[in-house]
Amino acid sequence: MGAVKVLLRNPRREVEVPGPVGAVALLRQLGYVREAVLVIVDGALVTGDATIPDGAQVEIRPVVSGGAR
Amino acid sequence: MKCRVCRAPAVVEVRRHNAGFCRDCFLGHCRSQVERAVKEHRMMGPDDRVLVAVSGGKDSLALWDILVELGYRADGLYIGLGIDGYSGPSGEQARAFARARGLELLEVDLPADYGYDVRSGAAADRRVPCSACGLSKRHIFDRVAVQGGYDVVATGHNLDDEAAVLLGNVLRWDLAYLARQRPVLPGGEGFPRKVKPLVKLGEREMAAYCVLKGIDYQVEECPMAAGNRHLGYKEALNVIEERSPGAKASFYNGFLERGSELGAGTAAAEREGLHPCPSCGAPTTSAVCAFCKLVEKAGGDPRRRLPVSAR
Repeated sequence: MGAVKVLLRNPRREVEVPGPVGAVALLRQLGYVREAVLVIVDGALVTGDATIPDGAQVEIRPVVSGGAR
Repeated sequence: MKCRVCRAPAVVEVRRHNAGFCRDCFLGHCRSQVERAVKEHRMMGPDDRVLVAVSGGKDSLALWDILVELGYRADGLYIGLGIDGYSGPSGEQARAFARARGLELLEVDLPADYGYDVRSGAAADRRVPCSACGLSKRHIFDRVAVQGGYDVVATGHNLDDEAAVLLGNVLRWDLAYLARQRPVLPGGEGFPRKVKPLVKLGEREMAAYCVLKGIDYQVEECPMAAGNRHLGYKEALNVIEERSPGAKASFYNGFLERGSELGAGTAAAEREGLHPCPSCGAPTTSAVCAFCKLVEKAGGDPRRRLPVSAR
């Protein structure tokens, strides 16, 4: 079984998880709420039902911005 | 998952609509939600000159992009807040966006033009940084819009922002704030009309819009905002939304439909007490406006001519 490299933000860091893995399962595994992030696989947005293959580069991008607006 | 509109493979899902969209249909969905919000709340007309409050983040850049695509005459205003490691890249992203599209970006820089930054202003005025930031931005957007002859200021507040603010206002039953929490605030003597055309779109949709349009925006969180109350409200609402998709929209839209009279008397009374600040001329209910007080405490000069430059 290969690995999926995952870029996380705030703070920026990278982790590896076993692949292949479903997008929703990956978020659960890493403790993210779906509503608060986008999943970007090899530069392309994917929906929750996507399967992320071995060797993929994934970014979990937070979408929540805060502060006085 | 397939696109709800054209049945092509979907790239974005919007769970509160129980729908997926392909790229083009999703971008069309975002534009139509803005059009609907503008029309429903009578935000602006086709001939209005619009000033977009641009931070370099996803919401303001997406808003500017959509308004221009819809044919509005929209310039941007970026305010440099002097936040180390954050304001620099944010400004660059706003400038790059404007340059690539041939749009006009006005700029004001707090440290260079007023002699303080968010951190020093907050410390001097004994506020939290987000409060000093919000006060400064609101004041400067108003002044630039009035002096520049803009009909309306458009801000990138989205559905998540409004739902989180509403939760905070309701937890405190702050009627004055509830009265002001509308998608449109009418203009008056000394202040412009303010509109929030993104109130029908969540922040996940705005981030997806930028990714799909190739808009480079400031992804990192503002270091001054970390751990603030507003973010806590958003987290709480997102946990609810995860279990009940549509909860945020129903909370906010229910307020607009059924809570519109909350605090109405308070808002009217506030407007009646307004007079020009003797220092800067902005409308205020105090002897001197809150912005001038903050700038003076921070050692700056609020009476300087408003420094705006197109770059």
